[in-house]
Amino acid sequence: MKLIDCPYIGARPTSEFVYGHEVREMPKPSEASDKEWADYVFCRHGAPGIKKEWWHHVPSGMWFVFERDTLNDKFIRLVDIAEVQYEL
Amino acid sequence: MSYRLQEQPFEWIDRSKTVSIEVEGRPMKGFAGDTISSTMLANGVIHMGRSFKYHRIRGPLSFANHDVNALLENSDKTHVRGDVELAEDGLKLKGCNTIGGIAKDKFRHLSLLSRFLVVGFYYKGLFKPRALRPFWERIIRESAGLGKVDLNWRGGRKSKRYGFCDVLVIGAGPAGMAAAKAAAESGAKVMLVDENAQIGGSLDYQYANDDSVADARKELKDAVLNNEKIEVHTSSVAVGWYTDNWMPINTPNGIIKVRANQVVMATGLFEQPSIFHKNDVPGVMLASAAQRMIARYAIKPCEVAAMVVANEDGYRAALDLLKAGVKINAIADLEDHEDRGELAKQVKAQGVQIYDHHGIYEVEGKDRVSSATLCPLNASGELDTTRKTTVPCDGVMMSVGWAPATHMLFQCKADIKYDATIGQFRAQSLPEGMFAAGRVNGVFDIRDQIADGAGAGQQAAAAAKGEASDAQRPAPTTVRQSHDYPIFSHPKAKNFLDYDEDIQLKDFLNAAKEGFDNIELIKRFSTNGMGPSQGKHSNMNGIRILAKHTGKSIDETGSTTARPMFHPTPVGHLGGRRFRAERLTPMQPSHVANKAVFMEAGAWLRPEYYDTEPTRQECIHAETKAVRTGLGIIDVSTLGKIEVFGPDAPEVMDRICTMRMSNMQIGMTRYALVTDEAGVITDDGVVVRYAEDHFYYTTTTGSSDSAFRTLQKHILEWGLKAEAVNRTGQLQAMNLAGPLARKKLQPLTDIDLSEENFPYLAARTGHVFGKPVTLARVGFVGELGYEIHCLAGDAAEIWDGLMKECADVGIRPFGVEAQRLLRLEKGHVIVTQDTDGLTNPYEAGMPWAVHMKKDFFIGQRSLQILKPMQSRALHGFMFPEGYNGATPKECHLLIKDGEINGRITSVSFSPTFNRYLGLCYVEDMDAKVGDAIQIRLDDGALVEAELVSLPFYDPEGKRQTCDVDGAEEKVA
Repeated sequence: MKLIDCPYIGARPTSEFVYGHEVREMPKPSEASDKEWADYVFCRHGAPGIKKEWWHHVPSGMWFVFERDTLNDKFIRLVDIAEVQYEL
Repeated sequence: MSYRLQEQPFEWIDRSKTVSIEVEGRPMKGFAGDTISSTMLANGVIHMGRSFKYHRIRGPLSFANHDVNALLENSDKTHVRGDVELAEDGLKLKGCNTIGGIAKDKFRHLSLLSRFLVVGFYYKGLFKPRALRPFWERIIRESAGLGKVDLNWRGGRKSKRYGFCDVLVIGAGPAGMAAAKAAAESGAKVMLVDENAQIGGSLDYQYANDDSVADARKELKDAVLNNEKIEVHTSSVAVGWYTDNWMPINTPNGIIKVRANQVVMATGLFEQPSIFHKNDVPGVMLASAAQRMIARYAIKPCEVAAMVVANEDGYRAALDLLKAGVKINAIADLEDHEDRGELAKQVKAQGVQIYDHHGIYEVEGKDRVSSATLCPLNASGELDTTRKTTVPCDGVMMSVGWAPATHMLFQCKADIKYDATIGQFRAQSLPEGMFAAGRVNGVFDIRDQIADGAGAGQQAAAAAKGEASDAQRPAPTTVRQSHDYPIFSHPKAKNFLDYDEDIQLKDFLNAAKEGFDNIELIKRFSTNGMGPSQGKHSNMNGIRILAKHTGKSIDETGSTTARPMFHPTPVGHLGGRRFRAERLTPMQPSHVANKAVFMEAGAWLRPEYYDTEPTRQECIHAETKAVRTGLGIIDVSTLGKIEVFGPDAPEVMDRICTMRMSNMQIGMTRYALVTDEAGVITDDGVVVRYAEDHFYYTTTTGSSDSAFRTLQKHILEWGLKAEAVNRTGQLQAMNLAGPLARKKLQPLTDIDLSEENFPYLAARTGHVFGKPVTLARVGFVGELGYEIHCLAGDAAEIWDGLMKECADVGIRPFGVEAQRLLRLEKGHVIVTQDTDGLTNPYEAGMPWAVHMKKDFFIGQRSLQILKPMQSRALHGFMFPEGYNGATPKECHLLIKDGEINGRITSVSFSPTFNRYLGLCYVEDMDAKVGDAIQIRLDDGALVEAELVSLPFYDPEGKRQTCDVDGAEEKVA
């Protein structure tokens, strides 16, 4: 089982984490066409690469955003939440 | 005649203790430490089982935990591995895969039919003619399978444990022991694992008579067994490698899930057979098997041997045989014995006839091998069958090569290539945290093996500390250890590639000729390597045969994927004991006292109903009647309970729920419906507004954790000033419902329950029995009711107090089933019961819960798109009164003009209406109240029901005030 380096308490097994999906930019609901919106809701880009992802550490109740290379499953860095915040 | 030799220097048996076992009714005596196979051999029995397909009589092959034809069974275990499992006093066994026992197996002549049982027989025979399928199926079902499962078997579950170490060493042979010793001496915490009953590995059987390793053996064993930094697990198998060195170790007492900082694989080799005619007749065995028999159990493998040899190890085995008093009539060396070194000279000096450039072409013998025929090899590596030399023998030992136990090195994605110099696969490079040492690493000289292990141990210990190491490692051997092609065709076949599955050379070649010429495809089609030993003695030869057939190199041919488990692991070990949380509410003792029958709801145990009446349905109906006419109470502590605080809390609630929450008055509640981005209903509950900036909301039982996580995440990504707290376990709740609720609760609380102060859908804080509570006047069950939320520590006291104070009016606790029926009568949708993975609020008949005028909520944009696209709608339906046909059930289909037109999501017999009623989706937007629908039941019958308006019960909601003067008469 994989270990994920929790920034607060060190390496913990993946069973302590819940995957919160890739960070994706939501199109402005008032401006997006139906097609653009449907594409955002239903289509995921599955090709490997470096992705920002949400991970929830269950025992500590903390959400983190990590950058991970999905080609080799290596965690690269902790992302500041401010980087992924957005206004509606 | 005695088959037992005099005492051997490192034997595993304790001659002071005898054991008695019984195999197929025959009593046998052995010593403590004997395996079942060695006990059988000591009693002169070499027949240990029947082969899988042709039911050929078989004996020991490897004595190394993959003797699949020495598989026995008893009532406790379907597969007892005779070659490794201990003969425990009183054990009673019989053969596996036989009808009528090993000797008189009904299918013993099946190999006469081998002409018809061609490779890929299952695929072909069952394909056509179709009419013969039942015939073949019956034959195959009767003859296939290994062992009979006792359907009454219980137990055997073993707890799983966790293990942690700096360095995990797999294999306690010379390299593994040296690695463990070196790592421990470098300060590492070490775990050493070996599948054998004792440590020592090849030192104690292949090198048992080599005096030059005596000191090294003693030093290594002493160091390993007496170092408190080394934890030793024998009879334990590392069954797989998972990311970040997470390795399950299957011990006799269950699985240890080990997290190792570093791993040293000192897993060694599996000896491989030569393929020749009748290479499966009892008495034909691997040379290392003969050495194990002699050294570990002091068993004489045979009286007169013939050998086929392609490495120095073969001559070492020959010397061991000679020392044990076995006469060797002939050694066929596939190459030249002059190139084998000192040991070959010693064998020759003892007068053994060595045939250079010879192989074994065939052996004779029915119950046991009686002779071996040798032929010279020509320049192209084939046997010249015009020149035969036949020698009598009752044992044939094969020492033609090895296959490394690289399974877990493959799993960790080591770069493994075929090393043609040695003749085996070898890791060229290893991932971080992984080391390979000893013969699996291509290091063969015994002193080099020890040095390689020690070097790997030092490197691993240093790596565990994050330090570099300058430990030296010897180079792999440059001497060939495995022959290229010890495989010989024969016109009569019966030259077995795979002993598990009875695959002959021609079967495998035919599969390749039929186009299955990829190593993964040919494995599936021919079933080579798919038996219990998983190719441990057949995969390497299979690769060699396919490579030769296709003209490709071994690397181009490749190896099949070596997935976990490395070795069969009992289901009772894999399952372990329950490893999921089971949550109970503080009211559990009261539920038990009231005879609750429990069901699992998420992690919780909830009362399904209380077993107070003769039948389940009568219990449920008695509970619903109490709620409708008197007073009932249900434990709803399992609801998720989340508080949201902060100046942006109203904004958060507006964005999460489909309804507007920011305009709710303080002290009121509102139904909350939650959808996902696609507009699909995911959750529902009730929101209470405590203050301008303070909300409290409940979620369905199963989704408390996910609802909380989602909320937290959104608050973060939206950058809002709000905080969420999950109080699910800390707060408990119960719902007191029924016409008498207000009357009975009022004396017990300081909250004014009057209609004026506490109207329907209001929430108030105060005390019940002096304990702080929040009361919410909600109406899920369709009656006047109060949901009481309190601290977990007070919950049981409040529940028990209410039960006691309301006993005079016959209060009944009601369970999940009664609640479902009560809610159904009110037409309330239960999320995930009446909704599926595509249901949006419009389909579910809840457009009133969607407030489109808000700026934003999750799912809003999708619902805008979906609103004009509805194709199905949820309706209520009723069966005619007096219907007495088959029971309608959830998921029964609606049929219209012979086509599916919808399905039932909830249905129940309602005592209130004295008929079945339920909810269903109708895939017809024109369907309306009063329409007839056709429902197809389990028995195929179509019955008619009528669509009716919802809710079924009390459509005007008058029951919410049923105890107010004058209100009762208004109720229909």
